[in-house]
Order: sequence, then structure tokens, then C-alpha cells
Amino acid sequence: MENFTPVSSLIGGLMIGLAAAGLLLCTGQVAGISGIVAGVLRPVKNDVAWRVWFIAGMLAGGIALRLYLPHAFTFTLARSAGAIALAGLLVGFGTRLGNGCTSGHGVCGVSRLSPRSITATLTFIAAGAAVVYIVNHWFGGYV
Amino acid sequence: MKRLATAFVSGCVFALGLGISGMTQPSKVVGFLDFFGHWDPSLAFVMIGANAFYFIAWRLIVRRPAPLFSPRFVVPWRTAIDRPLLAGAAIFGAGWGLGGFCPGPAIASLASGSGTVILFVLAMVAGMYLHVLIVYPLGDTRAAQHGDLAVPAGDS
Repeated sequence: MENFTPVSSLIGGLMIGLAAAGLLLCTGQVAGISGIVAGVLRPVKNDVAWRVWFIAGMLAGGIALRLYLPHAFTFTLARSAGAIALAGLLVGFGTRLGNGCTSGHGVCGVSRLSPRSITATLTFIAAGAAVVYIVNHWFGGYV
Repeated sequence: MKRLATAFVSGCVFALGLGISGMTQPSKVVGFLDFFGHWDPSLAFVMIGANAFYFIAWRLIVRRPAPLFSPRFVVPWRTAIDRPLLAGAAIFGAGWGLGGFCPGPAIASLASGSGTVILFVLAMVAGMYLHVLIVYPLGDTRAAQHGDLAVPAGDS
């Protein structure tokens, strides 16, 4: 528990909830990042611009983090390029097949008490925990 | 115009929240998923914060007849707990545990210019296209027509 950051994590979490609520109030959209990205890759008429601006906002926020909180981008995992590429493929494919990720299911869906999103969230946490167990305990933390 | 500006601000606050919460550091995500090692419960606090806010906000906001700058609310229409949901969530979770990134933090982290993040996002986009190639031809016509998770509430 040496890296436990309850206060900043709670504050950041509230900001994520605020951002998602703001998007719902102003545009009527659910803040599911994988869905927002996928909607740009496979555009539907009149449903692209807000997605592009949301993603641009995320990049602007990322630039602000880089300037004022560079520690936010610390990468200390021991992962090969092949593992990162495989992880990205699985995340992209899985979030589309399951219609959501940590934000769409884990935040917006769980808050609506959607049984579908609660099931998805428990499933991806369990699958993630299984992979982390295998990586850390069978492969010594490096894949 | 206001719709796009608010989408931009929302994306910005979302990314700042991810960064401040620690979720743009894959080691914190993997630390949370490491239930049988040096467990780091931080991610649970992120979820508590985000869900507490959105739980209340959702109930207040959807009482309105319409959003502020858009004609209607667009809400998820699927309710079935089916095989694609379970398989998709399991595949996503496996990738999440392997790389320590989910889509939000990966997109926000592009600003770092890190080659690791760029590789992850390119692979993630490839995975999304792979889904289009494999699953849409199998006949999920409603998803093929509407693109992604949500359709206008009145249509469902």
C-alpha cells in the first residue's frame, strides 16, 4: 500500500464525474471514452464534431498535466513493446465488443445502476486481476 | 457551437481528473489489479469519487426535457447481459491488466509524447477496426447503423 493516494484519487475521481456530468447536461451524451473514439473512427453523420472536440479537450488537459503535473505521466511498468501492442489490441477490440470501458461502463453505467454495466465492470476487473496475477507471479513482473 | 465548446471543456476536465487521480500512471492501475501482491486501492477511490458525483448528477440532469445545447439525451439502449458483453469486458480487462492503460488515460497520455503511449493507442485503434471487420459482418445491424453504444433515446 506504499503508493496509496486516497485524497488525490478521490479529488480526481470527482473531477471525472463532474466532466461526465457536464457532458451529459450540455450535450446529452454519455462520457464513454472508447465509444467516443470509436465514433470518430467509424463516423455517423452529424455525430462526429462533438467527439473530436471532446478528444481535443482531453489532449489539451494532457498538455496542461505535462506542464504542471509531469509526474502524472510516470511509466514504471516493465513491459516489452510487444506486450504494449497486444494490450492495445485487446483494449480496442474488447471495448467495442463489450460496448464500453472504465468510463462508459465503470463510471456512467454503474452510476445509473445498469446491471449490464455493473456486470461488465466486475468482469473487466476480474480479467485484469487475473492477467496481473499471471504477469507478476508467473513472469516476475516483466512481459 | 456551445455544444462543441462544452465538449472540449468536458474532455479537458476529464483528462485533468485522470491525471490528478493517478490513473495516467499504469503502475497505479496494475497496483489496484494486483489483489494478491502490493495492493494499491487508489483506483477504488477514483471510482467512488466519479460514481458519487455522476450518481447524483445523472438523476438530476435526465429529469430535464433536453440537454442545454442539444435536442435530446442520447442514452445507451442495450440492456442484455449477453456473450458479447462478457467476452468483450473480459478481453478489455486482459488488455487493461497487461498494459495498465484503458482508453481514457491512454488518450490523455498522448500529450506526454511517449512512444509507449503512441504504440498503445495505435494498437487500440487497430483493435477497434478489427472489431468492425469481424463483428459487423456477422449482422449486428443496429450497431452498424448507429455506430456505437448509444442511439437517440426516442429511437429505442
